[in-house]
Amino acid sequence: MNAPLVWDTQRRSRAARLERARACSSGKQVDAAAIGALLRAVIEPGDRVCLEGNNQKQADFLARALTALDPTAVNGLHMVQSVLALPEHLDVFENGMASKLDFSFSGPQGARLARLVSTGRIDIGAIHTYLELFARYFVDLTPNVALICAQAADREGNLYTGANTEDTPAIVEATAFKSGIVVAQVNEVLDRLPRVDVPASWVDFVVQSPRPHFIEPLFTRDPAQISEIQVLMAMMAIKGIYAEYGVQRLNHGIGFDTAAIELLLPTYAESLGLKGRICSHWALNPHPALIPAIEAGWVKSVHSFGSEMGMEDYIRARPDVFFTGPDGSMRSNRAFCQAAGHYACDLFIGSTLQIDLAANSSTATLGRIAGFGGAPNMGADARGRRHASETWLKAGRQAREGLAGARGTPRGQKLVVQMVETFREHMEPAFVETLDAWQLAEQAKMPLPPIMIYGDDVTHILTEEGIANLLLCRSDDEREQAVRGVAGYTAVGLARDRRAVENLRDRGVIQRAEDLGVDPRLATRNLLAARSMRDLVDASGGLYAPPGRFRNW
Amino acid sequence: MSSTLPDRVSYAECSARERIARLFDAGSFREWLPPAMRVMSPHLAQLGVPAAFDDGVAIGEARLAERRVFVGAQEGEFMGGGVGEVHGAKLVGLFKRALRDRPDAVLLLAESGGVRLHEANAGLIAVSEVMRALLDTRAAGIPVIVLIGGANGCFGGMGIVARCADHLVISDIGRLAMSGPEVIEASHGVEEFDSRDRALVWRTTGGKHRFLVGDCDQLVEDDVQVFRAAAVRALDALRPLTLQSLQDEHAVLTQRLHAGEGAEDAVDLWQSLGIAHAGAVPDMNAEQVRTLRQESLA
Amino acid sequence: MSMAAGLETLQYSFTGSQAAGMFAPVLVGVVGSGNLEVLLEPSPGTACRFEVQTSARGFGSIWEAVLRDFHSRHPLAGVAVAIHDMGATPAVVSLRLAQAAAALP
Repeated sequence: MNAPLVWDTQRRSRAARLERARACSSGKQVDAAAIGALLRAVIEPGDRVCLEGNNQKQADFLARALTALDPTAVNGLHMVQSVLALPEHLDVFENGMASKLDFSFSGPQGARLARLVSTGRIDIGAIHTYLELFARYFVDLTPNVALICAQAADREGNLYTGANTEDTPAIVEATAFKSGIVVAQVNEVLDRLPRVDVPASWVDFVVQSPRPHFIEPLFTRDPAQISEIQVLMAMMAIKGIYAEYGVQRLNHGIGFDTAAIELLLPTYAESLGLKGRICSHWALNPHPALIPAIEAGWVKSVHSFGSEMGMEDYIRARPDVFFTGPDGSMRSNRAFCQAAGHYACDLFIGSTLQIDLAANSSTATLGRIAGFGGAPNMGADARGRRHASETWLKAGRQAREGLAGARGTPRGQKLVVQMVETFREHMEPAFVETLDAWQLAEQAKMPLPPIMIYGDDVTHILTEEGIANLLLCRSDDEREQAVRGVAGYTAVGLARDRRAVENLRDRGVIQRAEDLGVDPRLATRNLLAARSMRDLVDASGGLYAPPGRFRNW
Repeated sequence: MSSTLPDRVSYAECSARERIARLFDAGSFREWLPPAMRVMSPHLAQLGVPAAFDDGVAIGEARLAERRVFVGAQEGEFMGGGVGEVHGAKLVGLFKRALRDRPDAVLLLAESGGVRLHEANAGLIAVSEVMRALLDTRAAGIPVIVLIGGANGCFGGMGIVARCADHLVISDIGRLAMSGPEVIEASHGVEEFDSRDRALVWRTTGGKHRFLVGDCDQLVEDDVQVFRAAAVRALDALRPLTLQSLQDEHAVLTQRLHAGEGAEDAVDLWQSLGIAHAGAVPDMNAEQVRTLRQESLA
Repeated sequence: MSMAAGLETLQYSFTGSQAAGMFAPVLVGVVGSGNLEVLLEPSPGTACRFEVQTSARGFGSIWEAVLRDFHSRHPLAGVAVAIHDMGATPAVVSLRLAQAAAALP
């Protein structure tokens, strides 16, 4: 005799959890002192728990409360989260509460993560990009419980996430619509929210944390630290790539090199007559270094993954540029910005730690499991794309000229630029025969070496020695010599076939600064539209308020 | 609001030689013991540290608004501007020559962490000799003017040297103190002084603070031309070096010590000294702070 | 790469074709972390002689390649180039050398 089919096990589970929670909270509002009891009531052993672990903001109060639970009562948890940022994010594994992990980026916790993996305390399901992880929340990694953070709640439980909305909408949608439990820590409870970012019907519990949630300024770069070499490389990027392809829609990976590009727009790029012809639309966090370009009228729009501390008032004052609500504050959205960077941008440019002869690029280092973050989504050709732009078509033509068959089918291609000095600090070469990623994969038992940007997605490599245009390469040999040709005095560079490299230069596959008409002696810091944090504040008319660590006045 | 390239040249970003070239009358600088003479540190090689051809300081004479002045400019990027044996001897020589040649003033473009620890006692002795030579120069009636505006500030023994001068010009990003922020934190703990709290460091040692409490005579923007104008203004700012003037200074310091009783932070001190809008000072620019001090003295 | 105690001194000489004649010594750069100073002085003969003192030991072959490439772009004759280096990358070294060459009369 067959057992009756039951179709609402998840709803029943949800009801049971909510029933248990009634013992510590009569409604949605939970006292801070009761948070432990609440989590104990709504989390079950074996649950998939999403702890907001974003790039910038952290649900730190909930993280601490989770780690304080009794592991004999709550265990076997499967953590799914974007970023491992706080010590508590790994404490849950160390104390035996959680055993499995799916994530995207580990930043400051990379070394500790590697140790816990090697001692068997953590079983990593997979390392993802941000957008990939969000996608899996809707397929096979749906959270049972989501522990999130928001700026404010009202008494019904509506949430305002404001400028730092980040990953929250993706997490909450997946959880709330699969009978999951959503618990939010908020900085304040208001009678009336500036706007509703998450509706109350998607939120089960709200707790006001004793201190505002943790948040870090990760996208601020002090112009005082930009070097002459970075100015030179930025000049080559602007003249040799942005102008050449007419790049209007783009994403910059964070770094001093890209900050140099942002700060050369109102000066060097202006002198080339490029205003209005490049850099109009951005998928980008609100980089303070972009302020002078915005003020000079270069920027039509910026959509952001998250916010940046100190930029709030400036963003409010520039609603034509940023995505802001009727209340005036920005709304960021990592999932949508990632999609924008993947499909609606024609160029990605970013730095890296290592590049090999196939132009594979990796930031993996031994002893650390850092993950990927969002870069692979930006730094990859978008094969699902169909709408055309001049930039995309030009790159596609260059890549396919002379090819036949399937490989020669006409299509566009996204410009993916890796920008790196040939030597890093302590004379570590950026160009290597074999990436550390291979050894790390063996050590950490990964199925594949963790490559950030695949070589066949990289279209240009830009170093202080010039630009290698891989779109024009027609064989692995040519590609290898093109890489060696811009690898300068590293062992990889010194081992070049001189004749082959000269040939590539004649064909324009490799372009030196002089070939681009860039005079290295003009590459001084005086070319930067802002040379200090103070200059950025002045450029913003006093609207930008840098966090304390960046001030020197 | 359109953003244009800032036309001002940052004093902090210039090297010592760039400051000399831009601050004084064009082409008027004549260097003594120039780099090609290779008067360098005898100590650094054995520590595996490369020497500098000028041991981190350029000395010579120049014209400032046609007036004949002697100049010493410290290179903050070399060993943090630390004073070694040769570096100190060059500065002493500069002052001794001033006693002989009687220029209109001696200008010290100071950027230094103080004694160059690599040279230990030789550096320490050198700094004390600089102090003595500076005071001899003042006693002979030749004004000594110190300009402070480099990214490394003016600390340690050079901080003391600076306060021995007739007249100090400092920018809002400049710093003047004895103990460096990291040293204070290491000695007294992060609760006492968090050296990574940059706003705190600048409230405690920065140009605006020094100007408001009277340790510096002019507060300027980080601009070479503005420093030049301030130096010109200072050319006749001889401050008597007498027992009476020292006693007066002690009285001022005593009053400041009492005013600061119970003060947790520079803001509290400014308030008790009668500075209006003390809490807003960290966000003010040089011009606004200049006005504040004028108002408080009125 | 760990740095052993002690400076490394490197010397190279290339025959030049571009006589610099007599000139006042030229100094560019500053000895700071990741930076270098370069002093150019007139010297007898047709050689361009380089003497490098560096705290970053073990990079002789890279120095040789960088200086050789510089001299092939600027085939100076009768010049002595003295360098004090504190771990500058080839990019910075090439930049300073170019700045020094540009300052020659």
